[in-house]
Amino acid sequence: MARITLEHIRHAYSEKAKAAGDYALKEVHHEWEDGGAYALLGPSGCGKTTLLNIISGLLTPSDGRILFDGKDVTQLSTEERNIAQVFQFPVVYDTMTVFDNLAFPLRNRKVPEAEVEKRVNEILEMTDLAGMAKRRAQRLTADQKQKISLGRGLVRANVNAILFDEPLTVIDPHMKWVLRSQLKRLHRQSRFTMVYVTHDQTEALTFADKVVVMHDGQIVQIGTPAELFERPSHTFVGYFIGSPGMNIMSAAIDGATARIGDQNIALSAAPALKAQGRIELGIRPEFIKLGREGMPITINKVEDIGRQKIVRASFCGQPISIVVPEDDEIPADAKVTFEKQAIGIFADSWRVGQEG
Amino acid sequence: MDKTWNNKAWFLVLPVLLLVAFSAVIPLMTVVNYSVQDTFGNNQFFWAGTDWFVEILTSPRFWDALWRNLIFSAVILAIEVPLGILIALNMPKHGLGVPVCLVLMALPLLIPWNVVGTIWQVFGRVDIGLLGYFLNSLGISYNYTQNPTHAWATVIVMDVWHWTSLVVLLCYAGLVSIPDAYYQAARIDGASRWSVFRYIQLPKMKRVLLIAVLLRFMDSFMIYTEPFVVTGGGPGNSTTFLSIDLVKMAIGQFDLGPAAAMSIIYFLIILLLSWVFYTVMTQSDAEQK
Repeated sequence: MARITLEHIRHAYSEKAKAAGDYALKEVHHEWEDGGAYALLGPSGCGKTTLLNIISGLLTPSDGRILFDGKDVTQLSTEERNIAQVFQFPVVYDTMTVFDNLAFPLRNRKVPEAEVEKRVNEILEMTDLAGMAKRRAQRLTADQKQKISLGRGLVRANVNAILFDEPLTVIDPHMKWVLRSQLKRLHRQSRFTMVYVTHDQTEALTFADKVVVMHDGQIVQIGTPAELFERPSHTFVGYFIGSPGMNIMSAAIDGATARIGDQNIALSAAPALKAQGRIELGIRPEFIKLGREGMPITINKVEDIGRQKIVRASFCGQPISIVVPEDDEIPADAKVTFEKQAIGIFADSWRVGQEG
Repeated sequence: MDKTWNNKAWFLVLPVLLLVAFSAVIPLMTVVNYSVQDTFGNNQFFWAGTDWFVEILTSPRFWDALWRNLIFSAVILAIEVPLGILIALNMPKHGLGVPVCLVLMALPLLIPWNVVGTIWQVFGRVDIGLLGYFLNSLGISYNYTQNPTHAWATVIVMDVWHWTSLVVLLCYAGLVSIPDAYYQAARIDGASRWSVFRYIQLPKMKRVLLIAVLLRFMDSFMIYTEPFVVTGGGPGNSTTFLSIDLVKMAIGQFDLGPAAAMSIIYFLIILLLSWVFYTVMTQSDAEQK
């Protein structure tokens, strides 16, 4: 267990990287607290896996340092860092039994056989594989194999951190819930530092205490699930988190008023705009009230998703989504009002604070 | 899926059937025909029954050639398979080195077999050959035309030079199909270099290794051209393998009956041994279920 500090880490896969665009991972400067459960959330290709491999030591960063509990480990190998990592696709040693697969990381480290047996049996119990301990790993199904991979990550008792790289991609949905809650429980018991990479927001939000959202090679926001939902600090976080995502509309600001098309929207306070960049107004579909009063919209489509309805409409020529409770009626000449507190103003994609 | 029976399918197989019939079945039947008859030319045939088979199976000449051939194949497999794996493991996985290595590896396979023989025949000569001259100037009285051991060594080194590439290429193909995640997981698990080979690389290479072993066994058991060109089966009979012996008998002595009987025995031995290899290697696979 360790506190992991990333100091000005950058990484480029080609040797000759110069421009910022050449870096798969732009500057990351962040500390992962000891015993924290983090989710690293972002779309494919945003640098999540790169960052994870840098932490585990499979990659050496082009620039920057990594510290475990204040000790520089940048040049240390994966083994010396004592990290466990679970990969996206199952890796099993085909010729070994399930038991031997799980025992492999322990036996390689010369753990006494009695201890090996105890740990492996715990993991077999947890992953529900106890019945097939003596079977060859080769013939198992994809999700059984992935459970073995997962188990090998969890079997060591003294790791500094456990890293998960989209570990539940190949597991079927029902099993995902079970395994995720087991991981969560394991985290509470063991207090390992855990970093969980995923592009699935539900997974990230349910697993982690802190969610780290990455976009285009950099960390755009770190926060609790509630913070990410209520106060996204970047338009990307706005529309990546939440379903449907935040409505982002280009707007003009005049004091404490935002103007979209010919509509004026009152804000709770004047945003502290520094320079004139591209200004956008963001509001989550949940915080728009649909009724007979307010600003006119044109409804294009209504999607009924069970407990709620999603109204797709256009507002001053810009697309907008509104979440409406199932029983609410949708008037023909629908109008909308925005909840003042829930409005965010973004300049060049980054959230702008308020004056005063 | 349900099978549907459709006799039209036979028409689709027919061209191949005809081709196989002309190229394999009919010649084989001719050989069977010769093996049970005696002929003196002029299309005169006399029924001989199993006489030729008895003659071959009781002749020391046949058994000597068979033993030589078995030892040769065993030595070839024992050298080429481990060496091929070793080279494949050390070949680069990406970058400019890959095409360079692949071309270098493929070169010996592209040379016609009798040319390979000629190359080594000249290479090993004491008077003008680089190898022969060099060895002799070192004080080793190397001469493959007179010393049976030297002849054997030359033929074996030549075969290793010629065919190890095949094992290398097959193993390499098996190795590059292993996803990176396996190596990464092994590093995370703290596996040693040997464990990586034993538990990741070897199991993944198993299928191609089976093919490599089978091909190398069959080819080395049927070897003809290269030793024929280099040593002509000598000195004495020391490098007379089955196929060389067979050709001597059929074309040199024109003993068509015994030669045909020997061909059939030879064919059955290869078939039997290949079946044994195949069963043994796939059996160990099946046990893992």
